[in-house]
Amino acid sequence: MLMKVEEKKSPMRAPDPSEKHTLSVVVDNEPGVLARVIGLFSGRGYNIDSLTVSETQHDKHVSRITIVTTGAPMVIEQIKSQLARLVPVHRVADLTVGGAAIERELALVKLIGRGEARVEALRLAQAFAVKTVDATLESFVFEITGLTDEIDRFIDLMAALGKVEVSRTGIAAIARGAEGL
Amino acid sequence: MTREMTGAEMVVQALADHGVDTLFGYPGGAVLPIYDEIFQQEKVRHILVRHEQGAGHAAEGYARSTGKPGVCLVTSGPGATNIVTPLTDALMDSIPMVVITGQVATHLIGNDAFQECDTVGITRPCTKHNWLVKRIEDLPRILHEAFYVATSGRPGPVVVDIPKDIQFTRGVYTGPKNVVHKTYRPKVKGDLSAIHAAVELMAHAKRPVFYTGGGVINSGPAASQLLRELVRLTGFPITSTLMGLGAFPASDRQWLGMLGMHGTYEANLAMHDCDVMICVGARFDDRITGRLDAFSPNSKKIHIDIDPSSINKTVKVDVPIVGDVAHVLEDMVRLWRSEAHVADRKAQERWWSEIDGWRAKKSLAYQRRRDVIMPQYAVERLYALTRDKDVYVTTEVGQHQMWAAQFFKFEEPNRWMTSGGLGTMGYGLPAAIGVQLAHPGSLVVDIAGDASVLMTMQEMSTAAQYDLPIKIFILNNQYMGMVRQWQQLLHGNRLSHSYTEALPDFVKLADAYGCHGIRCEKPDELDDAIGEMISVKRPVLFDCRVANLANCFPMIPSGKGHNEMLLGEEVTDEDLADAIDDAGKMLV
Ligand SMILES: Cc1cc2nc3c(=O)[nH]c(=O)nc-3n(C[C@H](O)[C@H](O)[C@H](O)COP(=O)(O)OP(=O)(O)OC[C@H]3O[C@@H](n4cnc5c(N)ncnc54)[C@H](O)[C@@H]3O)c2cc1C
Ligand SMILES: Cc1ncc(C[n+]2csc(CCOP(=O)(O)OP(=O)(O)O)c2C)c(N)n1
Ligand SMILES: [Mg+2]
Repeated sequence: MLMKVEEKKSPMRAPDPSEKHTLSVVVDNEPGVLARVIGLFSGRGYNIDSLTVSETQHDKHVSRITIVTTGAPMVIEQIKSQLARLVPVHRVADLTVGGAAIERELALVKLIGRGEARVEALRLAQAFAVKTVDATLESFVFEITGLTDEIDRFIDLMAALGKVEVSRTGIAAIARGAEGL
Repeated sequence: MTREMTGAEMVVQALADHGVDTLFGYPGGAVLPIYDEIFQQEKVRHILVRHEQGAGHAAEGYARSTGKPGVCLVTSGPGATNIVTPLTDALMDSIPMVVITGQVATHLIGNDAFQECDTVGITRPCTKHNWLVKRIEDLPRILHEAFYVATSGRPGPVVVDIPKDIQFTRGVYTGPKNVVHKTYRPKVKGDLSAIHAAVELMAHAKRPVFYTGGGVINSGPAASQLLRELVRLTGFPITSTLMGLGAFPASDRQWLGMLGMHGTYEANLAMHDCDVMICVGARFDDRITGRLDAFSPNSKKIHIDIDPSSINKTVKVDVPIVGDVAHVLEDMVRLWRSEAHVADRKAQERWWSEIDGWRAKKSLAYQRRRDVIMPQYAVERLYALTRDKDVYVTTEVGQHQMWAAQFFKFEEPNRWMTSGGLGTMGYGLPAAIGVQLAHPGSLVVDIAGDASVLMTMQEMSTAAQYDLPIKIFILNNQYMGMVRQWQQLLHGNRLSHSYTEALPDFVKLADAYGCHGIRCEKPDELDDAIGEMISVKRPVLFDCRVANLANCFPMIPSGKGHNEMLLGEEVTDEDLADAIDDAGKMLV
């Protein structure tokens, strides 16, 4: 999910340089929990660059929300403590602080076109190690998994070849190594 | 205890189990089963208000003056939307409150049913947490969690939305014993090494100041006692926010008065010039800091707060201590004593003599008049004539609120109830009702403004019904004085819609409500009139006619630093007109 909220402006303070952070938020999967998280971001004027959510422990009704956000260091600290004080939140982890975490996104990219462009598209798909998951005489659907930048590049290339439709998951992330949340 | 009963019975049982003696509410279709249960029991007393907003503020007054949660019961739809203002107010001021709302039956939710609204959606951003109960099995747990969440950690309001069919359904009720919340467990003990670092900083301070706030009141009476102990041990000066008044006695020599936008000269300059600031349960609100880059530029800052999100929000601090005020202060006092700390006496003496110089400015001074009552004078007299009584004070919002904060001196916590964060006009009258119910024998005064008091005036009828002798002391300047003052400062004195052309006759209004009305217009008649107000054992509307155009000083104009205060005695019309620059005009 991609959403942009307007950058917070304060007339009294020079903006500190912005940083991008990936946060993992482990929550009790009760009704409205996602609304609480999103409402927190929109209500307080924080940015959401990407947000993914899914139940990760069905028996315990625990979900994991991965949020990519940008803000000055003090704002990032605020975001984390604001998230942590939501009642159904178990834990908030800043994956960016813990060293390079693994981040992946999945996109389904539909290319509509005929003729030479189709051959080029398949060649590029191969170069990107992308799976072709659907094909007709006038279209392909590619499945690509990777870093956000990689996916952006692939989509840009496809867009040069024909009409493109895209569905993306947003970023899923996990820390490296033996330590867990 | 485990017993089978209906959802409606569970609600009343849970209230009783949580020690609720008073419930503020207003009936309607979606809560009728609960009202039927209330009718058939005597454990919980129900107070019928005249508007759900009144129920909410009454519950806040009850809560703030007792330390217990305030509890309300309202119906679905308009009942729920009418209580949104008190919920927001309680969230801003950290007041524990449990609100039970009725909802349309579960199978009707989402159909735009009669008096349906998305209560949990509407109240999500103005509660600490809320629940929609969809199964009778969940109801007892949710009710107990609601009390736990409202009262632990940083207190706040919660909503439990109960559909009507759930109120009728039978289920098994279990009592509140051993309710452990799955995720919410706030930390109360402060980190000892951080407390050590704080005590170390304090011991070497040359220009220290305590900056205390509502968190001391939230933490309970023990916190106020420990604060007094620590302040006296160290000999440091102390100031407080609007929300923290009473935690430290105002008659004490170490007390500098309130700080902030309308705080004293000495409090604000001590904050600006200090080298060590000890913030105890306050949240660096914009009314306190003024211009952020000019806020106490040379100090090391210690911050005790139970809510990590209050720390480093707008002001970066050097020693954060997450924990409950009473717990942390206990450790601080112990460490200060055991390590035989004495503050640097020489430096302290210099610091105090500087402070005494600022005090000599007498920043609260105002011109007395013989012909008209000055509003400051009215509060001074009210204070003088009630100081030996068991008195609680609530306020509305505006100039009168600030004069009350400046001129009424509080010696004890939980005696002062005001809407600080949200600034809700109409808070004080119903809050006084809540306070009076909790403290039947005490004197409860709402220091009110003529405009504010009209917002919840109908609650006089509640006061009359329950024989609550609350005193509504209106500083009637016929203006929305605070708005008028800002228009004078910011908008060329164009008084756009800040004059109330058609105020009611408050004395006749009192009569209409079956209450007692008093009017006073002359300074030399004021004492007798206040005497009458105190002696009447009925609700009183006191129309105190005061100077119409008085301004509230001192004042730090928006966008200015603590060292750029406007002082009442010195300020000229020109200063007023130029006080706020273009950047400041954007701020409120
Ligand atoms: C017209 C108007 C003018 C105003 N002018 C002024 C002014 O001049 N000066 C002024 O001071 N205010 C003024 N205010 C009030 C102001 O808006 C704020 O409400 C107030 O300053 C906040 O007080 P506080 O910092 O004590 O915080 P509170 O809102 O009382 O917050 C309490 C803090 O303590 C923490 N806390 C709660 N419980 C505990 C616990 N058990 N242990 C530890 N920490 C805890 C909370 O997390 C929070 O951070 C004005 C309001 C109005 C309406
Ligand atoms: C519900 C609400 N609406 C508007 C305001 C904005 N406001 C702040 S003070 C004020 C005027 C209050 O007038 P009054 O009660 O007469 O008090 P005074 O300032 O004259 O003492 C207004 C309108 C508010 N705080 N609350
Ligand atoms: Mg007025």
